[in-house]
Amino acid sequence: MSELALAAFAAETGSHVVRTPRDRAFRVFARGFDEDAYLARLRADGVQWVARSAPEFPPLLHAIHDPPPGLFVRGSADVELLRSATVAVVGARSCSPYGAQVARMLGRELGRAGLVIVSGLARGVDGEAHRGALESGGLTVGVLGCGIDRDYPAAHRELAARIRATGLTVSEYAPGVEPAPWRFPARNRIIAGLSAATVVVEARDRSGALITADLALEEGRDVFAVPGEVTSALSAGTNDLLKLGAAPLTGSADVLEVFGLTGAEAETVELGGWAESVLARLRDGPATPDELARATGLDAGALASALTELELAGCAVAGGGVYRAN
Amino acid sequence: MGWVLARTITHALVGLETRRVEVEAHLENGVPGFAIVGLADRACQEAKHRVRSGIASAELDWPMRRITVNLAPAALRKEGSAFDLPIALAILAASGQIPRDSLDDHAAVGELALDGRLRPVGGVLALAEAALGAGLPRMLCAARSSPEAALAGIDPVPVRHLADAVAYLRGELVPEPWVPRNGHLADAPGHDLADLRGQERARRALEVAATGGHNLLLAGPPGTGKTMLARRLPGILPPLSPEEAIEVTRIHSVAGMLAADRPLVTARPLRSPHYSATVAALVGGGPGPRPGEVSLAHRGVLVLDEFAEFQRPALEALRQPLEDGVVAIARVGGRAVFPARFQLVAAMNLCPCGARGDPAADCKCSPQRLSAFRDKLSRALLDRFDLVVAMPRPRAAELAAPPGEASEPVRRRVAAARERLDVARAEWTKEATELLDRAVERLPLSGRGRARARRVAETIAALASEPAVGTEHLSEALAYRSPTELGAP
Repeated sequence: MSELALAAFAAETGSHVVRTPRDRAFRVFARGFDEDAYLARLRADGVQWVARSAPEFPPLLHAIHDPPPGLFVRGSADVELLRSATVAVVGARSCSPYGAQVARMLGRELGRAGLVIVSGLARGVDGEAHRGALESGGLTVGVLGCGIDRDYPAAHRELAARIRATGLTVSEYAPGVEPAPWRFPARNRIIAGLSAATVVVEARDRSGALITADLALEEGRDVFAVPGEVTSALSAGTNDLLKLGAAPLTGSADVLEVFGLTGAEAETVELGGWAESVLARLRDGPATPDELARATGLDAGALASALTELELAGCAVAGGGVYRAN
Repeated sequence: MGWVLARTITHALVGLETRRVEVEAHLENGVPGFAIVGLADRACQEAKHRVRSGIASAELDWPMRRITVNLAPAALRKEGSAFDLPIALAILAASGQIPRDSLDDHAAVGELALDGRLRPVGGVLALAEAALGAGLPRMLCAARSSPEAALAGIDPVPVRHLADAVAYLRGELVPEPWVPRNGHLADAPGHDLADLRGQERARRALEVAATGGHNLLLAGPPGTGKTMLARRLPGILPPLSPEEAIEVTRIHSVAGMLAADRPLVTARPLRSPHYSATVAALVGGGPGPRPGEVSLAHRGVLVLDEFAEFQRPALEALRQPLEDGVVAIARVGGRAVFPARFQLVAAMNLCPCGARGDPAADCKCSPQRLSAFRDKLSRALLDRFDLVVAMPRPRAAELAAPPGEASEPVRRRVAAARERLDVARAEWTKEATELLDRAVERLPLSGRGRARARRVAETIAALASEPAVGTEHLSEALAYRSPTELGAP
């Protein structure tokens, strides 16, 4: 029985199918299924099909206890990409500026070091991780929780297109499958399954990102959690992971070490004297312009100018009126 | 005698413009009656009753004849109560109680009370200017309106009671000039910047905005001083020039908002409409178009608090006045144009729940709500703000800080920098131009964003009294670009 028939049957009936069902409905469907015509349609839409039994199916994903029948793949990169060194960066959709910054930084630095960033194309941490990877010229894979022909959420349509320009988007769901809440945990097992290591950036209690982490732990993969403030609800999930024994992530080097890599040297930038002293204060923690003015003794105008210099050099980012070192 | 005719000249307001109106009274024998013709609205029709009681109260005779009053030209819609006095005078002239030629070089305007006293009406300044333009050297008006009429250069005749007007026109009395009871008031002390603690960046942005006339958007959680700061902008702007004061007074007079003892508006207006304001309330409208908030804020400051809560159509309607400095309202009867050259200061939260930018609170907005919130502020509208400043919640230490700089020294710096801006356009150093190109790619900055950064950098250079825009001026200007929370710059 072909795996493609399983995927097509799942799409047809709106169900989730991993093993061959034994009911009549499937036997009837399989008898009438024209695999060649279906593949031709997929090719016409620029979608590739990688069956579970095919040699190019990523071995890491094959190793999980319920691998999908196969993957639908879109993008300019070769399917080989899924077999290279991959790391998942996942987290809350409504993340804090801190979460967004860390996700972006990880995407950028891990991407620059040659790792493939896998994430779920969602808002918040996922999107930032993808963007960080793209920024550094790294490769990235977006795993969808809906049909391969859909870009969900719609706000990330452009991001999905940018990912496909150099990397891939993949899904276990055939074209036409609508996004549904229950499909996202299933999608998370693919993110965890594809990746040798998983980093959770920010997660509330019972967040979807924790499902990804649990699945990764079950498969014996490396799981990192980014420590957060103990008072922040957005870090409750990640701090719990740390309590349970996940490795704390204090920098991209922690992840690179697992892969036996070292970070690419970040280019050094020359900063003005004012900018240097502002950056020194920012390294102690995020601060509002007023706090920076008090710490450095600069007036509002000179401080604004120094902060822009830091932003342009990529040394600082602003969010909600608060600046933090990058 | 079969019939007699008399007329008075007055003017009607159409928006801020005026049209000459001749009030003709026609008396003939027949069944006594009183009709007003010539497209008079309800308030104007009710003049019948006020005029009849007024004449009786002044112990004059109501002619027991058939009276027709025509307001010409008949095709122009007449509104309001300003025609009471001209109608009464025309009837009195027609019935021979005042010399008919005495009205030839007088304009008349005012509303009659039932006891014959004359009440002030709106728009006297514009009406007096029109009367003078029509070659009438004197204007009969309510005593309280006379200082306002005098601003136009006309010779006002302050009328307290209809009997005074009659006595004056008969040559029996010269009315006493109106002396405001409180004398001349100094401008009430406004809000001072010293009241605001911390928020140095926002204060600096306010100073830059005042210097360059830039529109300013303040964004941050509630209680960070956004509104306080916005209300302090007029206090650091230079005072109105005499011509500007007349312009502003004309608009406020038409809107009926002049204080009785202050005929001339000398302080820069500050308007802050509530966010439930309709399109008509903001930009003006109504059947006989009335100026909206944007025109009342002409030469002053329009503060829109809770900017994101305004109705989308109301916000979009702001784009024309922001661009052109005028509001044009088309009506069947013609087009009214109101000046609306104001400086906009808007304040808003960074997200619907208001917790963004507040380290002590956790934003609970769903992504859908956030994106709807951002969508409401169209790109085109955000592009009108040269300066956008996020105001995070200050920590306790900030609030314990000593009071900030007072408005007066800031006002002096602004005035000096404004003069420098008027004299010459700023040069750009090579380094600054290069930095701008780099920023456009790096940030990234749209075409409009680039133009905004240029304008603001030139203002900052003027504040620093530098002849050329340097990198430090441009990089400060770039710090005031729209933050990513509100969509890309």
